[in-house]
Amino acid sequence: MSRLKADNLRKNFGGIAALAGVTLEVEPGERRAIIGPNGAGKSTLFNLIAGELPPTGGRVYFDGRDITGLSVDERANLGVGHTFQRNNLFPGLTTFQNAWLAVQHRRGVARHAFRDARRFDAIELETGELLGSVGLAEQRDQVVGILAYGQQRALEVALALATGPKVLLLDEPTAGMSPAETADMVRLIESLPRSLTMLIVEHDMDVVFSLAGRITVLHYGEVIAEGAPADVRANPLVQEIYLGAREAQALTGES
Amino acid sequence: MATLKARLSTAPVWLIRHQRWALIAALAFACIYPYVVRLYFVTLAEDVLIFAIFAMSLDLLLGYTGLTSFGHAAFFGAGAYLLAYLTTRFGVTNLVITVPLVLLGTAMLAMLIGFFTLRTRGIYFLMVTLAFAQMLFSIAINWSAVTGGSDGLPGVPRPSIGIGPLSFTFDSRESFYYLILVCFLLTYWLLRRIVNSPLGWAFRGIRENEARMRALGYNTFRFKLASFAIGGAFAGLAGLLQAHSARIASPENLYWTMSGQVMIMVIVGGASTLSGPVLGAATVRLLRNFISSATPRWETLMGAIFILFVLFARRGIVGVLSDARKRFEAERPATAARPAEISESPQAEAE
Repeated sequence: MSRLKADNLRKNFGGIAALAGVTLEVEPGERRAIIGPNGAGKSTLFNLIAGELPPTGGRVYFDGRDITGLSVDERANLGVGHTFQRNNLFPGLTTFQNAWLAVQHRRGVARHAFRDARRFDAIELETGELLGSVGLAEQRDQVVGILAYGQQRALEVALALATGPKVLLLDEPTAGMSPAETADMVRLIESLPRSLTMLIVEHDMDVVFSLAGRITVLHYGEVIAEGAPADVRANPLVQEIYLGAREAQALTGES
Repeated sequence: MATLKARLSTAPVWLIRHQRWALIAALAFACIYPYVVRLYFVTLAEDVLIFAIFAMSLDLLLGYTGLTSFGHAAFFGAGAYLLAYLTTRFGVTNLVITVPLVLLGTAMLAMLIGFFTLRTRGIYFLMVTLAFAQMLFSIAINWSAVTGGSDGLPGVPRPSIGIGPLSFTFDSRESFYYLILVCFLLTYWLLRRIVNSPLGWAFRGIRENEARMRALGYNTFRFKLASFAIGGAFAGLAGLLQAHSARIASPENLYWTMSGQVMIMVIVGGASTLSGPVLGAATVRLLRNFISSATPRWETLMGAIFILFVLFARRGIVGVLSDARKRFEAERPATAARPAEISESPQAEAE
């Protein structure tokens, strides 16, 4: 049974079909990348699976269970964790407090109303370890709003990991990063346990080819190719789309 | 002139530096207070303490959970009416019975109003909470058989506590003052426990970024409902004390100006702290008292003060004080590093 399945997912914005029926299956432990030119519907697909947007049609299954009608928090509690394309943290709190909020929920203590939060030693320990594992141990007491961009991206991943996901959905984890920061992020993602299923939407082809075991290519809201990285790279249709897109960009000067 | 100015500027600094002693002194003073001042000032202190409870209860919503409720008078008024009804219609004055009933009643009312309002955000939330409070106001005005109409429910007796021969009635002004002081301290202590607990941190998380909280698996609606219920219950307690103190539950307790006034207290005092609403309540109620006897235009002055704080001191009185403290410590490292005070500082930081 596939861990994650999108069945004929559709999404219309106004009269425009951003996603025109996408079906894909992700096996347990698989690392799947979703690529495609701008406007291909990658982010839309991502948000439908994460639960941030309701679909116009189609279903989403997690471990065989229909989760189409479930809210974001219900999906997170089942084990579908996701990061955001733009940093979406708790800006006024410290790095530690950010991670703490994620850990305290998963450990089920968030409803304690009278015990001082500093007295939960096990959760403090786990939060510390989590920050260490993403390389943020030294930034522990810094307010998140003043962290470097790459560090905020790492915290973004840490928060999603802290929910204890079975599937981790990463929305452009290296967006806006310098090459050095990108390399750090790739190392971080590679260091995650192999049992963790991942779905990565990503622009950076080097990142995609170094992380993904399988690639799905979207174009105008439809799947046009799917397979191992080498096959996708060799696919003439994919080459045409990417080459075409690059030529168009070169002509209009848009990025 | 220079020395006077120097003295004036160091007096608050002394208070800031020795916060704990200032607090202990204030508490000791509060205990002997009714025996050292005129009756008028005892009544005034009761008024400030009741509104401090009310303002702290709103701050749980406004400052900690990020819920800009403009209808908090609903729970204050409901507490007052519930108490007035229990005492005048059923003759129940025993706090052991009235306090739990009022807390439960206002918490349930808050859950009900919260159920409908907490799905909205920002300006819509503000308007819809205001609408619910005004709805209660209109019920209080129109349903005279139960609420006494525009006269309210007068003749609220003093509260009592205990059973049979062991019962005590808070007849004297001093005893009633102590009752309010104890309620205030208990509220402060309980809310402090709550805001420092995991639940309190979840509230802050919702204030900072609700969408992210949901992505972490929090059912934020339920947490907001909890915050609303707790805030509503403590506002109800303030309303209960207000009805006992004024001896009447009046529609004014439910009116939107009451919601506005308590919001001003929180913002002028400093939201997201518990001491802020207390200072704000004292500022607003004392100003109202002293200025309204001189001129009926106290609301104009209150408005001007509110605007000044919003424009120049967003973090309120508490923010101004903590900035002053930081400035003082930056300016006088020599004084700050005196050996006797070094040993004191880690504990002060810990608090």
